[in-house]
Amino acid sequence: MREPRWFVWSRRIGLSLLSLFALLPVWVMVTTSLKPLGDVQGEFRWFPSTVTLDAFVEMWRTIPLGRYFLNSLVVSLTASVASVALALLAAYAVSRYRFRGRQLFSVTVLSTQMFPGILFLLPLFVIFVNLGQQLGIDLYGSRPGLIITYLTFTLPFSVWMLVGYLDSVPRELDEAAAVDGNGPMGAFFRVVIPAAVPGIVAVLIYAFMTAWGEVLFASVLTDESTRTLAVGLQGYATQNNVYWNQIMAASLTVSAPVVVGFLLLQRYLVAGLTAGSVK
Amino acid sequence: MITANPAPEAGTEARTGSTPVRAPRRRKKRQLLPYLLLLPVVVAELLIHIVPMFIGVGMSFLGLTQFFIRNWTKAPGAGLDNYRFVLQFDEASGKALLHSFWTTIQFTVIVLALSWALAMAAAVWTQHAFRGRGLVRTIFLIPYALPVFASVITWSFMLQRDNGMVNHVLVDQLHLTDERPFWLIGDHSFWALIVVEVWRLWPFAFLALTAGMSSIPAEQYEAAAIDGAGVLRSVRFVTLPNLRSVNQVLLLVLFLWTFNEFTVPYTFFGKSAPEQADLISMHIYQNSFVTWNFGTGSAMSVLLLLFLLAVTAVYLLLTRKKDVDA
Repeated sequence: MREPRWFVWSRRIGLSLLSLFALLPVWVMVTTSLKPLGDVQGEFRWFPSTVTLDAFVEMWRTIPLGRYFLNSLVVSLTASVASVALALLAAYAVSRYRFRGRQLFSVTVLSTQMFPGILFLLPLFVIFVNLGQQLGIDLYGSRPGLIITYLTFTLPFSVWMLVGYLDSVPRELDEAAAVDGNGPMGAFFRVVIPAAVPGIVAVLIYAFMTAWGEVLFASVLTDESTRTLAVGLQGYATQNNVYWNQIMAASLTVSAPVVVGFLLLQRYLVAGLTAGSVK
Repeated sequence: MITANPAPEAGTEARTGSTPVRAPRRRKKRQLLPYLLLLPVVVAELLIHIVPMFIGVGMSFLGLTQFFIRNWTKAPGAGLDNYRFVLQFDEASGKALLHSFWTTIQFTVIVLALSWALAMAAAVWTQHAFRGRGLVRTIFLIPYALPVFASVITWSFMLQRDNGMVNHVLVDQLHLTDERPFWLIGDHSFWALIVVEVWRLWPFAFLALTAGMSSIPAEQYEAAAIDGAGVLRSVRFVTLPNLRSVNQVLLLVLFLWTFNEFTVPYTFFGKSAPEQADLISMHIYQNSFVTWNFGTGSAMSVLLLLFLLAVTAVYLLLTRKKDVDA
């Protein structure tokens, strides 16, 4: 289509402004992390007065960032792997079979995604506290407890996105596998899963990202030893000082891996997200 | 969220699909298989969603205060008292809930409108190839890829009164006002929260709209161009009609996410939000984990759920009806 001049100019200006809006916090995060503490306590500066990596060194000492990092890693990784493993089986059933209750299952799983997290947090908190009190099962403040609650949001969208990915694997592959003498599960493991690997990895990354950024459950269900990054970063604000340069350095450090992962896999992620949500 | 194609009648596929002749036992086993595959997720769903939901509803009928949290079986029954308490709109608690509900509605409508408009403009601008399109799309994905807590903390630093970037630009560089405004408390906090939420949300709408636009056949634009339609008219008469089903789902998803938003205000304000920006999730959190009244917290959650279900049902009915008319 022929693009008129005004459209080309509106696009230049509009997209520049939107890029600026999108990147402004990234600029602040990166430059602030390179500033000495003195720079962040006075008037705002666009550029550091001297570039220093002090914040990246100090941030590990001001709060137990390493422990929070490990907690976040264990919890997010376990929750995402567990939900993808469970969801794969269910997604295969939904994608490949027509059975009674299929519709009910899909609607139930997907509708739980729209409920507010607080709705599940209150009863889960009370259940955990009571299990600990009465049966001695200490889920409250533990990593396994947090992992279970993370399934409340990672599981539904894993099922949702994986059905979309498995639907895109041609059925001829299943049939070819059947001709080769595979049963349905043989076809699933030998043919369907390998063909869907990019999608599975994308769901895994997405689940991981969501768990990595989760705040509500972590703020209630963790204690000092199991605290995750999302809650732990608040610790840089002490009574006397707010170490903004360290907060920004830590934020950058915990963001970099997920942003890189997202950008590398964006093609698969975007396909899955939009296939599931916006059909 | 909504499965697009209704399932064909049970069994059609098994009949028409693979090999025609099978031993009856084998066929029975095959019909059991999908249920076995579903079993793990069904069990997990029961444990993490279904049972807690029923317990949550049950809790809303108990006087579950901090004294009974460790042993809920001892908590006294409360009947409908919790509901009566939170819905007493002439008392402080009811007023606060109503205020929070109203704030959330305004917040949601404004965020939805702004996010959709930005996303739609950006999607139209990047629909056809030009130099730098890939870069721009990647930049737009970054707010979505950053962990919420990390980016929202950065926003709260930018909006600090004395050493933040925003006041530095407004007051020191542009000299728009003499007084340095507060952004994290008071009347401005509502708008500050909206900016942060839109920043966070519009890239997802952009993704969805871009995906929707990529499946519009080029011939439709060509035909429109031959008929003499310019950019705006082809957006109006080709792009928007083709995006209708995308928009129906997108707007519902954005509505639910924004209405339930907790992470952004919690990271932005800390445990208690200023009254002007007290969203409903924060309000329930505050009631449950700061004042430790789980009974009233549960009652509010149940009311919130009923409201969301009602809105979703009405929305689905309305959009479905339009489909029939068309």
